Order: sequence, then structure tokens, then C-alpha cells
Amino acid sequence: MTTVAERPAASAAPEPPPAPGQPKPEPVRRTGLVLAAILGIWVLGWLFLQGSATLPLGRATLTDFQAKLNDLRAAFDAARDGNFFLEYVVGGISDGLEAFVVGAQDLLSQAAFPRPVPEIGWLGVVAIGAWIAYALAGLRSTILVGASLVSFGVLGYWSESIDLLIVTFTAVLIAVAIGIPLGIAMARSRVVTAIVTPILDVMQTMPSFVYLLPLVLLFSIGPSAAVMATLIYALPPVVRITAHGLRTVAASTIEATTSMGSTKAQLLRKVQLPMAKRTIIVGVNQTMMAALSIATIAALIDGPGLGEPVIEALQTLDIGAAFVSGLAIVIMAIMLDRTTTAASQRAEAERRSARYDPRRRRIGLVGGSVLAAVCVYLSRSYLWAADPSNLPDLGRPLAEAAGAATDWFTDTFSGVTGAIKDGFTYGLLNPFQSLLADSPWWLVAAVLLAVAFVLGGWRPAASTAVCLAVILAVGLWQDSMVTLTMTLVATVLVMALAVVFGVWMGRSKGADTALRPLLDAGQTIPPFVYLVPALALFGTSRFTAIVAAIVYAGPAAIKLVADGIRGVSPTTVEAAESAGSSTLQVITKVQLPMARSALVLASNQGLLYVLSMVVIGGLVGGGALGYTVVSGFSQAQLFGKGLAAGIAIVALGIMLDRITQHTAARQGRR
Amino acid sequence: MSPEAPPVLAAPFQDDVTARIARLDEARRDPLLHVDGLWKVFGAKSDRIMGTPEAELSRRELMAKTGCVVAVKDVSFDVAPGEVFVVMGLSGSGKSTLVRCLTRLIEPTAGQVTVAGQDITTASDAQLRELRRRHVAMVFQHFGLLPHRRVIDNVSYGLEIRGAGKAERRARAQEMVDLVGLSGNENSYPDQLSGGMQQRVGLARALAVDPSVMLFDEPFSALDPLIRRDMQNEVIRLHHEVGKTMVFITHDLQEALKLGDRILIMRDGAMVQVGRPDEVVGAPADDYVRDFVSDVPRSHVLTLRWVMRDPRPDESLEGPVMGPDTVVRDAARRVLDSADPARVVAGQQLLGVVDRADILRVIVAEESPS
Repeated sequence: MTTVAERPAASAAPEPPPAPGQPKPEPVRRTGLVLAAILGIWVLGWLFLQGSATLPLGRATLTDFQAKLNDLRAAFDAARDGNFFLEYVVGGISDGLEAFVVGAQDLLSQAAFPRPVPEIGWLGVVAIGAWIAYALAGLRSTILVGASLVSFGVLGYWSESIDLLIVTFTAVLIAVAIGIPLGIAMARSRVVTAIVTPILDVMQTMPSFVYLLPLVLLFSIGPSAAVMATLIYALPPVVRITAHGLRTVAASTIEATTSMGSTKAQLLRKVQLPMAKRTIIVGVNQTMMAALSIATIAALIDGPGLGEPVIEALQTLDIGAAFVSGLAIVIMAIMLDRTTTAASQRAEAERRSARYDPRRRRIGLVGGSVLAAVCVYLSRSYLWAADPSNLPDLGRPLAEAAGAATDWFTDTFSGVTGAIKDGFTYGLLNPFQSLLADSPWWLVAAVLLAVAFVLGGWRPAASTAVCLAVILAVGLWQDSMVTLTMTLVATVLVMALAVVFGVWMGRSKGADTALRPLLDAGQTIPPFVYLVPALALFGTSRFTAIVAAIVYAGPAAIKLVADGIRGVSPTTVEAAESAGSSTLQVITKVQLPMARSALVLASNQGLLYVLSMVVIGGLVGGGALGYTVVSGFSQAQLFGKGLAAGIAIVALGIMLDRITQHTAARQGRR
Repeated sequence: MSPEAPPVLAAPFQDDVTARIARLDEARRDPLLHVDGLWKVFGAKSDRIMGTPEAELSRRELMAKTGCVVAVKDVSFDVAPGEVFVVMGLSGSGKSTLVRCLTRLIEPTAGQVTVAGQDITTASDAQLRELRRRHVAMVFQHFGLLPHRRVIDNVSYGLEIRGAGKAERRARAQEMVDLVGLSGNENSYPDQLSGGMQQRVGLARALAVDPSVMLFDEPFSALDPLIRRDMQNEVIRLHHEVGKTMVFITHDLQEALKLGDRILIMRDGAMVQVGRPDEVVGAPADDYVRDFVSDVPRSHVLTLRWVMRDPRPDESLEGPVMGPDTVVRDAARRVLDSADPARVVAGQQLLGVVDRADILRVIVAEESPS
């Protein structure tokens, strides 16, 4: 793409039309100026028309459309017995999943009537878990898993933790059973890829919170709905990564084995799958972490697990309980992540080590299984080994300490935190929110369309038009604008963080090695948990949701920017330095401009992460669409409104995604 | 040649090289590998190019006109059993595509390939698989080893997929590992070996299935020069020991001259010349080949056939007897030591004589034969 210098105004002679076939000269882009002009018009419009045509909607009022959604749910509920699809297909899946989860709960976590305790008590479960870790991942993971499982009992959340594991593993097992064959099919067939990829895209860009509600339509609430929600969210990684792993098996190896007369099945079994094994296990790891994060949130639709005490504690502002249950979730996340990572590295490392002795390993496995069997027997025979409340109770003192620490902190520093919160809220959030939510809807819509067009061209503008129309149709314009405000403000802050830390990490190897593990760990923790410290510091407010969103979206954005900066050719940087540029000049004139597409990609990812977290922030006073969705879960008469809010969130997400994607594409071309 | 009647020798004389050439020429009448009018055109509607005037266009013109690229253009040759046939060309000349068309790793657009009497171009998938499993084995530039298998399991892969029992393939694989000089490394993984050793694994893997034809696709291009020379000698040794028919692809003229019984030179997908190394250097088919071989030390390639002349009437005919296909460099010492010109003899016929001046003209002055 070429940019021609502006012609002097004096040569005003009419230009000859460009010859056909010749590329038209690209006009000079002055995106910044145009955007500033749009902003100016907007502010003027806001000054004069403030408060008119803002389309507000009271908390308990419903539009016709939302009432219709309520009717839809009633219709679904009524049709559950009688409609073939609902009764046999959906009902069959639902009953099967429920039976599986309840059966596992009886076995492992909940009192199995007539026993006052589960079939296998805590000691047996710990032993079995540790044995599985030994078989799949090695000795270090065995200790990690054993200690983590015991800690769930010690923290006082034994049954909730095991319930969460049951839901997570049920979903992961199904996801792997569907996902790996699907990934193989994608790697082999372009048609399958073309069909499946867009579906996976939609599954992944939708904020996790949102598809809980439509699932309620089909599966009602309870364990089966929780497993289905988890499954939908967790499926894409394993499919994508399996396909990727198979596709990246070296072409020269495939050709060599083909030239020797391998059949397709032999190629798959003896070459592609073994060579892609590590990658596929990485996919399983990603799927498991995704499953854990959504299984926690699925507590909102009555899914069993650790999400329940967290939500309860968040709603009663019981910071101590929220802290302890959140801690259990973090321990579980670390346990699952480390163990699957170790499993992916084990086979390779062990086989290659000179000391590897298959006999010793066999003895270890058999001995371990005997030990586990003894533990299971003990846990069925003696109450001390069955009931985790016999373990020392660390949960209560910890909760009290956390509560006390929070009280002390808020008492002591309330001035500081309050000042930060107020300064931010009155200085940045409120004015911007007023601009978006108090301007007439048509003015805001026009502004958004114009911005989409200026940044990305007519295609994202068209997407924006459709999305805005959807938001208008579901009747939640003003709430959507408030959520949009929070999302945009949080994203600006995320990007500021991302540029500062990303540039630092991109330029300094030491900073990278120090920060990257922290960021990786931050990304494995289910987003839900971030609400707890934010709530402890800032109480319930929009600002709290924004803080949680920044903490959640930060790591991904920082890593993208750091990789972008690192990707700038060292030769170019060297050339700039040899020309006498200062460090600041190198950063602002060379590295950041050359990492432009990484920056845009980071803001794309940042926006989507922030949106999903801002919505979850409805639980801690984030208000607007998130609150509407939450109340849709808890109050039947607001279900339709919640579902409408879900649709509005998806529309917002698609709009922001399209605009940034196309902007990124445009930047990439230049 | 000599118009007068040949002087009769005590016994007919023929050296090994001349005998081998004669034997291969004879055997080529019933070739092991027969390639006839092979084409490969990449691009949409590529099968419509052949037989039209467009086929005669240069690559660039054809690309501009139709969007198609001719990788292999009407190539035909025969390879005798036991022959080492080298295909040489620069990158982009189509040589790698050509060798892949031989077992249909790349589907040829037109033409015929026959291996041991079986037409490959019309073979079914099952027949093709059988042929790849038993008759044709290939060695690749980037080795193509399986990183998750030990050396011994890489070598036995071909036997494994055709259903050989474990004990049998183990024994055979060990034999091959020993043959290529990797004894003691059977339990290593490929990435624990150097490039040269990895390619030995590739060689052993190809030899393990006891194929009738071995295809080498630039097998040593990725190796260091010294290792490359070792591996070339290894191939020569293996060829002496197992006598396999080989088709060897290379962009390295030295390698081609060193290994090949005959050389096919390709340019832009088309054949430029086929011939023995001395023919390629001694009588280049065109300026392209001439330019190509201009740096080759003539005495290393040319044979006495190229430097001999008719005896002058006053010359002694008592000098040493040599075959016409003796390389000049190898003959030099004896010719220089002898007072009389050496006689070049095939059977009982005197073909000509070579004296010191003829030899020095080639070795020192690097003169081309007239």
C-alpha cells in the first residue's frame, strides 16, 4: 500500500481519472484528526441534548421483548414432557449427566444414603488422586495433588472442592472424547475445518457468563446444566490444539513415511499422534483450565462446587469466607495446571533418562495401588478417615484472620482507597459514562458507526450497525452504554499497563523471566477469584468491577505487547541506536510503531477479557448489564430481562471484536 | 580412428571400467526403471498445457499467461539394474519434483513410469503402497526420521508397516545398523545424533526393506563438506556391497561426477543432456552445460578416449596398454614414466595412443579436447 504526498493546493487543475487497472493512489489518512472531530461533535451534542432520548429502563420493568423471553422459558418448561426433542434428546443428555455427577458425588463427596458419609472418605480420595498423579505425571505431582486435596479438607471446603472437581472432570472427559477426534478430522479435511472454525470462534469470543442463561432454557438448572456450560466453554482449546499439533508434524517426516508405503491409519497411529502427543496434552491442559474457570461460575445456575460459597460470600460481603473459598479455587487451579503440564513432559523425559527402569516404575504403580486400596478400605471403615471435619480446621481461623486484616486495612487506608476510587469515579468514569449514557441514543450510535468506519472501513461499520440494532431491539440501551463505558475505561487502563510492562519485558530479558511466570499463573486462575481482593479493597462499586477486570485482562495484554516488542527486528533497533536515538526515542519512534499490530491485537484481546469480567462484576456492584444477568439467574420474573442482557453483551462483544480486528488487519497491511 | 589393420595383441585386453559400461549398456535394453515422457505442471487446469504450443513457452511466459508452472517437462530415461543414475540441476530445475513423481509422492501430470515391469502411473493405491513398501525406498535431504522412536525402531519402520514379525524386523534392522556403521547407537534417539549419523539412519531405513531401487533426494546437501565426502564414499561402498540400483538427485556437480554412472542434467524442468561423466565434461550439449562444467578439473573426469590420437608412423607401439575409459589422472603416472606412448586398447583393437605431451596438455594446461 502506498501513500502519496499531498499535492500543493495551487495545482488545482482537475486530475485525470486514473487509468483502468492502475491502483488508485491512497489518500493520506488523518485518522487522529477525524476522530478528534467526531469527539468534538459528540461533546457539543451532549452539551445541548443531554438527558433526552437515552432510553433508560427501570430495574423491575420489562419490555415486551423481554416478557416474551419469559414466556419462552415458560413454554420450554411446559414442553419438557411431550416434545420429543426436549423430552428424549435434551432430557436424555440431562438425565445421563445428572446421574453421572450424582453418582460420583455419592462415591466421593456427598453423604451417600444411608451412610452419613460418601462411599469413599477423604483419605481414600486423597490416596486415589495421588496415585493417579503418580501414574500420569510423576512423584512431584503426587505430592502436590496429595497436599492440595488435604488442604481442601483443612480449609473446610472438602465436599465443595470435590464437587467442583467432579463437574470439571466430567466436562473435560466429554470434551476430550469429542475434541480429539474432531481435531483429527479438522487436521485431515479442509471442509471440516471450514465448518468448525467459525463455530469455535463464536464459542470462544462469547463472554463466559452469557451462555449460562440460554442453557437454562434447555437444561433448566443444576448439575447437568453446569456440565453442559463447562463443556461448551472448554471444548474449543482441545479441538484447535489437536488440529494444530497434527498439522505441524514435519512435512518431511510425513513424506518419508508415506514414501515407505504407510497407510493413512498407520500414518496417524504411528507418526502423527505420537509426534503431536505433547501438543495434544497441552490442549487438554488448556481445556481443563477453561473448564475449571467456568465450572466455578456455573454455581450461578446451581452447579455444585466451590463457586457456591464464593458467590454467597460475595453477596453477603463476607470477605473472610470469600478469601478462604477463593484460596481453595486457586490451589485447585495450580494443582490441575502443574499436574497436566508435568504429564505432558513426563513420558518424554523419563524415556530418555538413562536411569529409566520400567520395572521400578511398575513396582511403584503396583505398590501405590495397594497403598491406595488400603486407604480406601480405611476410609470406608473408620469415621476419622471418612469425615474431613476430623482434619484440623484451618479454614475458620484463616477466614477470621483475612476478615480482620481486611477490616484493619480498610479502616486504616480507607482514606487512600476511597480517594483512589472517588478520584477515578468522578474524574474519569462519571464524565465518560455521562457522555455515553446521557447523550441521545442516535447521537451515540452515529458516533460509534463513524468511529468503526474511520478505524476499520465499511465492514466493521456494518457489523456495528447490526449490533447496535440488536441492543436497541432487546431494550437495554442505557445499561449497555454503562457497560460499554466500564469496558472502554478498563481497557484503556489495561493498555496503559500493557504498554508500560510490555515494553519493559520486551526490552529486558531479566524483567521477562521475572514477570512471565507471574503472568502465566495469573492466567490460570479462574476469573471469579479476582473479585475477592477487589471487593476487599474497594467495596461494592463499578470501580471494583473495573479493578477486577484490569487484573484479569492485564496478563494477556502485557504478554502480547511484550512479544510484539521482542519481535521488532534487532537490526532496526541497532540501526536506530547507532544513529544516536535516546532510549525514549527508540521506544516511541521504532519499537512501538513497529509493534503496532501487536498493540491492536492486545487491545482486541484486552477488550474481550475486560468485557467478560466487567459483566461478572455485576456480582460486586458493577451494575448495568452484568447485574441484570445476575438477577436473571436469581429471580424467575427477571429471567427474560437477564437473557436480553446476555444478548446485548454478545452484541457489544462482537461489535468491539469486529472493530479491533479490522483495525488490526488494516494496521498489519501498512 | 585408425584406418590400417589393428596390430594383434597377445591376448584381448579389457579393463573393469569399460566392462562395466558395456554391461550397463547391454542391461539398459531391459531397464529396471523406465521413464517415458514425464510431465508435471503445477496450477489450475494444468493437464491442458501439454501438446499445445504453450508447452513450448518459457517458464516465466507460461506463468504470466496461464498461471501454471512446469516443474518437469517431457523427461524420459532408462536406468539399468545396478546403475547409479544421477539427476543434476540447480534449485528450481525440477529435479526434486521429478524424483517424487517416480513413486507418485507427487502425482505426475502425464507420462509413464515403470519399475521392474510394473506401470506405476496406473497402479491402484494398494499396488502403489505395496511397491513403496518393497521395491522403492527413498532417502531424504532432511532425513524425515521419527523423533519419538529410537534408531533401531526408525530402521525397522518399513518392515513394521508391512507386517513383519518383531524378531525378524529386529534382526534385520540390527544388521542394517551395523552395515551403515552405527553399531552401538541403536538405542539413541535421532536428535541425539549428528546430521551425518542421522542420514546414516535414513540410509539404513531405506536399505532395511531390501528395495530394488533406491531414490536419494539431495541426501547430503544439509551436511558439512567433510561429512558430505564421507557419506559419498559410504554410498560408493554400499553400492559395491549391495549393488542396488540408485537414482541420486543433487545440485552438486562434483557429487554427480563422483557417484554417477550416468548423469541427467536438468534446466527449468527439461532435460539438457544425459551421459556418462566424461561425456558431460568432454562434450557439453550446450553453452549452459559448458558453463556449468567449466570449473571441473578435466583430468579428473576425462578418459583416455578423449585425449588419444592416431599413432604417428614413426612412433613406437611398445608402450603400456590401457583401456579407453581409464581416467586421465589415473593413467598419468604410467604414461609419464614410459618412454613410449601408451596404447589405448579395447579387446584386440588398438584405438589410439597417448603420450606425455597429450597428458600434460590436459593436466597442466587444462586444455579441452578438440
